[in-house]
Amino acid sequence: MRCWRDASILGMHAGGMTMCGIVGLYLKDPTLQASLGELFAPMLIEMTDRGPDSAGFAIYRDPVSEHQTKFTLASDDPDTDWKALDTDLARALICQARLDIQGDHAVLVTDADAFAAQAWLAESRPRIRVVGSGRSIEIFKQTGLPKDVVEQFKLTSAHGSHAIGHTRMATESAVTTAGSHPFATGLDLCLVHNGSLSNHNHLRRKLERDGIVFQTENDTEVAAGFMTLNLRRGLSLHAALEAGLVELDGFYTFCVGTANGFAVVRDPFGCKHAVLAETGEWVAMATEYRAIAHLPGADTARIWEPEPHKIYTWGSA
Amino acid sequence: MPKLDLKELGVRGVNSALHGIPNGANEPDWLITNPMGQHAIACGLDAPIEVTINGHVGFYCGGMNQQAGITIHGHAGVGIAENMMSGQVRVMGSASDSAGATAHGGLLVIEGDASSRCGISMKGVDIVVGGSVGHMSGFMAQSGHLVVCGDASDALGDSIYEAIMFVRGKVASLGADCVEKEMRPEHLAKLAELLNAANIDADPGNFRRYGSARTLYNFDIDNADAY
Repeated sequence: MRCWRDASILGMHAGGMTMCGIVGLYLKDPTLQASLGELFAPMLIEMTDRGPDSAGFAIYRDPVSEHQTKFTLASDDPDTDWKALDTDLARALICQARLDIQGDHAVLVTDADAFAAQAWLAESRPRIRVVGSGRSIEIFKQTGLPKDVVEQFKLTSAHGSHAIGHTRMATESAVTTAGSHPFATGLDLCLVHNGSLSNHNHLRRKLERDGIVFQTENDTEVAAGFMTLNLRRGLSLHAALEAGLVELDGFYTFCVGTANGFAVVRDPFGCKHAVLAETGEWVAMATEYRAIAHLPGADTARIWEPEPHKIYTWGSA
Repeated sequence: MPKLDLKELGVRGVNSALHGIPNGANEPDWLITNPMGQHAIACGLDAPIEVTINGHVGFYCGGMNQQAGITIHGHAGVGIAENMMSGQVRVMGSASDSAGATAHGGLLVIEGDASSRCGISMKGVDIVVGGSVGHMSGFMAQSGHLVVCGDASDALGDSIYEAIMFVRGKVASLGADCVEKEMRPEHLAKLAELLNAANIDADPGNFRRYGSARTLYNFDIDNADAY
């Protein structure tokens, strides 16, 4: 017998109108890099209806040398935490350190050993959260409307090669900066998510036994932790995403930022919206096309909906 | 042709202007520019007018349409022509999921591909897709026709009622209670009529027909344990 009714079918597609927006922009044409923020900020702001609670973005720019690491840090008490952080770190680890403060976030570049620097931060500035690390990634996220987050972190004037972003309508955990996306999953890697996971509590316990530490009760952080563990174990990004398609239960569209590009994957049922657009100059993904519509050449771009259960990558992702 | 600039008027302004056209008005052709992927463009029309949209549209474009002809020069987002009653909606690009959802009548033509759940719960609409359709297309489709000139992805026609589906390419898998059926002369004639109406050049002889095996209509005593 048929068990479903029209109402539930339609609820399934109409329900997609809410719960988060994700966007990604990868510039193929290097001459556009100076205006990455100008192109990308309206994408994030256009997704405000889908996620007015918090917003965040990862931007890839100014790669540091091989001997250096770039950390993005966040603090609930920036006045105390940022004070003399660079000089204290330099003295403690006998290294060079440079701190660029942007509100309650700061970008720290140091030639100290990355693990040693992180251990020092945990010890001497325990309230600081490391929100991202790598050679080119910088992650900024905050509660509030996307336009305010854009303004606070001066996204519009930012340059860079690519960026991914998220506007959040909180459903699975509290509205906090820590629960905002993107979530770091490894060096120069981060993840944004539209949807919700149903087996995140079970997976979190499993991952904790494998040594992954979580800062929040958020389901996306579990997906990020899952990716982190698999990448740490030596899986390629593609293989880690494939493993995710098997282990992560729920509905989701993920956009994963990598050092040189980004990847997009949807759950096997394709429950959450996603659209991709590509021209000779750029590739963009968004939850809804209207976030892409303002980009130069969008009118004549190739536009398509990514297939479920299929991994799309750009750059050398 | 009168022009409605959506950037200037907004979705509500454009839709109000179209709703305000009296039957038998002198201007049957309208052009919408700068759709910018906005949702619910040209919804709820009820007049024999022709609307051309220059660009890509967001969700639910042409929803609840009656009488009007709507042509989209671009991509259509989720739920194009959902709940259409009559008239014609043509997408010259591809369409996202749930195209023609619950539509009762009229003709929906998608020249490119349609994504998942095309024709979900359709109730009498005719849908002709020039390319392929995604998974779970024709899910619980009640009546009308779904013509697919390309391939169909997984679970085609799951829990289908009395809609009739014609597919020219490969079908990845059939959903519950969906079976291939014999192509009789009346089906070939209907398919030729639909392809002609959609202005798509394809030989009806190359299509296969799919529909309901009708095993879900009645309770099966073997399933008693499940309740």
